[in-house]
Amino acid sequence: MAAMIERKTTGKVRPHQTQNEGLVFEKSSPGKRAYKLPPLDVPEVDASKLLGDAHRKESAGLPELSEIEIIRHFTRLSTWNYAIDLGMYPLGSCTMKYNPRVNEFVSRIEGLAEAHPYRPDSLAQGVLEIIELLQKCLLEITGMDAITLQPAAGAHGEFTGILLVRAWHESKGNARKKVLIPDSAHGTNPATAAICGYQVENLKSNADGGIDLEALARQVDEETAALMITNPSTLGVFENEIARIAEILHAKGALLYMDGANMNALVGKVRPGDFGVDVMHLNLHKTFSTPHGGGGPGSGPVACKRFLEPFLPVPILSRRTGTGREQGTGNRDQEAGGELHWEYDRPQSVGRVRAFYGNTGMFIRALAYILANGPDGLRQTTEDAVLNANYIRKKLEDLYEMPYKTPSMHEVVFSDKRQAAKGVKTGDIAKRLIDYGFHPYTVSFPLIVHGALMIEPTESESLEELDLFVEAMRAIAQEVEQTPELVKRAPHSTRVSRLDEVTAARKPVLRWRPETK
Amino acid sequence: MRYLPKSPAEREQMLKAIGAKSIEDLFAIIPAAYRLNRDLDIPRQLGESEIVDYFKAAGQKNATDYASFLGAGAYRHYRPVVIDALVQRGEFLTSYTPYQAEITQGTLQAIFEFQTMIAELTGMDVANASMYDGSTGAAEAVLMAMRVTGRHRAVVARTVHPEYREVLATYLQHRDLATSEIGYEAETGRVDVQALEEAVTDETAAVLVQSPNFFGVVEDIPAIAEIAHKKGALLIVSIAEAVSLGVVRPPVEADIVSMEAQSFGVALSYGGPFCGVIAAKENFVRQLPGRLVGETKDQDGNRGFVLTLSTREQHIRREKATSNICTNQALVALMATIFLTVYGKEGMRELAEHNLAKAAYAAQELSSVAGAKLLFRGAPRFHEFVLQTQESPALWSQRLLDEKIVGGVELSRWYPELKNATLWCATEVMRRETIDAAAKVLAAGLVEA
Repeated sequence: MAAMIERKTTGKVRPHQTQNEGLVFEKSSPGKRAYKLPPLDVPEVDASKLLGDAHRKESAGLPELSEIEIIRHFTRLSTWNYAIDLGMYPLGSCTMKYNPRVNEFVSRIEGLAEAHPYRPDSLAQGVLEIIELLQKCLLEITGMDAITLQPAAGAHGEFTGILLVRAWHESKGNARKKVLIPDSAHGTNPATAAICGYQVENLKSNADGGIDLEALARQVDEETAALMITNPSTLGVFENEIARIAEILHAKGALLYMDGANMNALVGKVRPGDFGVDVMHLNLHKTFSTPHGGGGPGSGPVACKRFLEPFLPVPILSRRTGTGREQGTGNRDQEAGGELHWEYDRPQSVGRVRAFYGNTGMFIRALAYILANGPDGLRQTTEDAVLNANYIRKKLEDLYEMPYKTPSMHEVVFSDKRQAAKGVKTGDIAKRLIDYGFHPYTVSFPLIVHGALMIEPTESESLEELDLFVEAMRAIAQEVEQTPELVKRAPHSTRVSRLDEVTAARKPVLRWRPETK
Repeated sequence: MRYLPKSPAEREQMLKAIGAKSIEDLFAIIPAAYRLNRDLDIPRQLGESEIVDYFKAAGQKNATDYASFLGAGAYRHYRPVVIDALVQRGEFLTSYTPYQAEITQGTLQAIFEFQTMIAELTGMDVANASMYDGSTGAAEAVLMAMRVTGRHRAVVARTVHPEYREVLATYLQHRDLATSEIGYEAETGRVDVQALEEAVTDETAAVLVQSPNFFGVVEDIPAIAEIAHKKGALLIVSIAEAVSLGVVRPPVEADIVSMEAQSFGVALSYGGPFCGVIAAKENFVRQLPGRLVGETKDQDGNRGFVLTLSTREQHIRREKATSNICTNQALVALMATIFLTVYGKEGMRELAEHNLAKAAYAAQELSSVAGAKLLFRGAPRFHEFVLQTQESPALWSQRLLDEKIVGGVELSRWYPELKNATLWCATEVMRRETIDAAAKVLAAGLVEA
């Protein structure tokens, strides 16, 4: 078969077989079934008569398989994936931490998983209490005053947050024109500002990779709506001038938005609400352990200061008090007691950002995580995340270039400068890491670091796993010196070798089609 | 803490290796002025059994033993058990977005299969890897049509899910895009075609309709498409009940289909996570929002799959991206893919026909109660119908609750003109005896009234 390629294994990996498996359509044959419907207990109907012209004449070309084939098909596919459950997944700013199984269990409890969103509030008190408690916990963790859980993911949270900013400015008579975004920011930040009707103005980082206060002071003006900042930054560096940054913005009437992607470095140690942030989003699928699931679902709650509360999306959760007055529970002054219900009468609201109330299944998981940790566990989690990143930094800084020497929080960013001199780039090192049994780090990001290696171990890695990672990275650095071609052609141990992305984009094949007869 | 894999001695050892005296050294960069020097005020650490107890109690408080006629954009269908057995495999559950194709072929191939199935079902050429849900998908589809046509107006049917329309309004509020709403015909509940004809102009980027629409009525898509296309506008069809496609003709005349795929094996979960998806005609593929998986080959000629056409996306294009979407609903899309594989070609039709039969029976039984009538009789329906009663729904719905039945959703909150009208849904899991019991409860009150 294929030519034998040198396969170097370490203590972490050894090749094993995976099964070949075609597309599900290729396994189909007419008449096979994996379902059995119960007999109808009502009269049968003639669909073509009921629907007339709207009747579907030709069935959709879906596959026909038996149950065992379905189990094998998807199980085989699953074995082609790397996952947190298999090992360290050090994607920077993605916070690939352990996804506790009790979260999955409780999210499937019958009364929760089967609750229809339009059931009467009186039959939904259990799930509403969960939402209320999660809101309370997230407000305490962030130090903010009010919250919505409606946004479906981080970028959706950004969108919601900037809508709040805009609505507040508009209520003052001027929506303003621009949003400042550091050049180290994630791509969703500028994309978000643009869809909210703002011009994006780039803010150049200073020599330490942080916000350049003088440049900021120069750029902030009466047309600046907000600064979108990630803290710690995508370099994993805490912006220690954050309070000063907030002051500069506030002096000109601009707001401070915080992208909470890196909140895993802060929980229980410091709160954005205490250092001047006006509005922020959280990623429950990062900091609060809900699974990434191969790309989603996520959940992106938005927390804000009191003055932004009137603009939150509808509906908000409310509790009827004994006096018959209503009290929003999306803020910290709630009282316990009366029935929980959704409140729609919010004249200043930015509107709805999605149907129903958000990704409730993710709320349940996130709350289970918070309860499993408690205050001491959350603090220890943050400390371990920061400890792990600093350990990796210490163990690799002699072999990999550190463009910014500022102290690291939960992630560390190197560059491929030394390896690039041998023609090996960050993407090659990342692919070679696969052969050592690890998922690559985040490649070529943040953009302010040329050839970046962005590594976030999270708290979920043991010392043993960290040492194996360090060993692998050190071995690769040596390979770059001695056998650079080996690294440049990596990975060598995977089912498929490097894939032709250029052809994929030039002549897109986005679906299977039956062979033409 | 049971999720943290380190002993105190290991922590000390690591601190020593780093050259730090204590963990606080690593947080020294945070100014003391706003460091948190106390415990967070949240519940104490709970044992696993306590966590399970807490959520079970919440589930029971929610009430589990009610039969329900609720639909309106969130549908209860039977979920084959293999779905949860498979999506809980850690390799799917705990994997990231498949940017590193060599070690995520499983996710990538499954998404490719999802894209194919959605295209097959909707009659479109291509589909993306998923959107947050049907509401945001519809809004993104309108923005997409605006990019494709370079026009800045949209015409939206009032029979599109009211919450979808609210989301659309939120998405459009800071875009240079005006919308106008068109009503429905009183007899059929379908889009008022004459009003549509008047509303669509040479400046219309898109016509957005839903089918089956919010009243459960199947729209006349070919006629609507003709009106849109005559003026060069794109037709977007939103589908909130994906199971309908088993038996309802797909909207092949549409240019873009935005679908909520929750019905394909996704739990109701009090409204999310669900699974939006956008499908379209081939020539619009470069304006699609969200991720796309494409087939390609590796260096050895093996078939493989990659995320592709990413120059549309925010991580490459930043403020010029087609959308800011990043995280999508991948695992939920996998649920849908498994569901569709379980039912397959024949099963989807059979399943849809069961839905049709249950709803036809329910509509007939409930509307034959004196004082109740079926609205929008003049058009085909899938598994939802609108019932108008002489008695106020507030009264009979309480009597139904006493019998542990949740009746239809009251429509006046969105359609003030539809007094005492409620939207009912009967899927394949609805039992005949529940329908009969509900009819009896309705009849009881109406006779007294």
